Amino acid sequence: MEVPILKQGKVLIATIQAALSDADLENLRRGLVEQVVKFRSLGVIVDVTSMDVMDSFASRTLREIAHMIRLRGAETVIVGIQPEVALAMVQLGLTLEDVATALDLEEGLAYLNEKFKTTN
Amino acid sequence: MSDVEIRVPINSDQDIVGARQKGRTLAAELGFSAADATLIATAISELARNIVSYARRGEIQLQRIQNTVRQGIVVIASDQGPGIRDVAQALQDGFSTSGSLGLGLPGVRRLMDDFEIASIPGQGTTVTVRKWRP
Repeated sequence: MEVPILKQGKVLIATIQAALSDADLENLRRGLVEQVVKFRSLGVIVDVTSMDVMDSFASRTLREIAHMIRLRGAETVIVGIQPEVALAMVQLGLTLEDVATALDLEEGLAYLNEKFKTTN
Repeated sequence: MSDVEIRVPINSDQDIVGARQKGRTLAAELGFSAADATLIATAISELARNIVSYARRGEIQLQRIQNTVRQGIVVIASDQGPGIRDVAQALQDGFSTSGSLGLGLPGVRRLMDDFEIASIPGQGTTVTVRKWRP
């Protein structure tokens, strides 16, 4: 299951639409890092609204994506973590550490636009 | 008493997704809330992941359980892998031997109501977890 990556101005938006295997998550990581370079993007939004399980591998991969993209000089926001997924993550002891999160796509875009204003 | 029994062979990371989806479906059929079904599916994901990471192959069994007062779901993750030398240590947060997060087993224990583990070095590991419907 490939994750579509949409380019909108300076931002890349990856919308996860179905359950992802480990290989799918690794492909997403590679695809996003490649496209941030190709399009000189400043921000990345990963929309996980449709993810019904965030286990240790998924949260680690999302953290890695955000850290790799930060090394390319861009900012990542994870949006749409569902309440029950958040509960399961907390009970498992999983965190996204310093990775920015937002309620939904709209809030994520607002967060990035605010960031762009302060850095430019 | 168990009238429903689903067996999911775990041979690769692709099978992890299938196992947790079957678990979620059974949990919903048994009347668990969406939130509880998510906790159960997440626990199955971690148990199946341990099988792939440490033993390469194994099996997840899903069963309905019922006693006189309540019913629930039992998940049995079994493999014939290397086993766990020090089970007590593996149940501590932050312990890992495969370079992963090492949160698997203690996290799974928190997600579910009952947790049992039997492991024999060189022979394999069986983890049995249950969640009861409120």
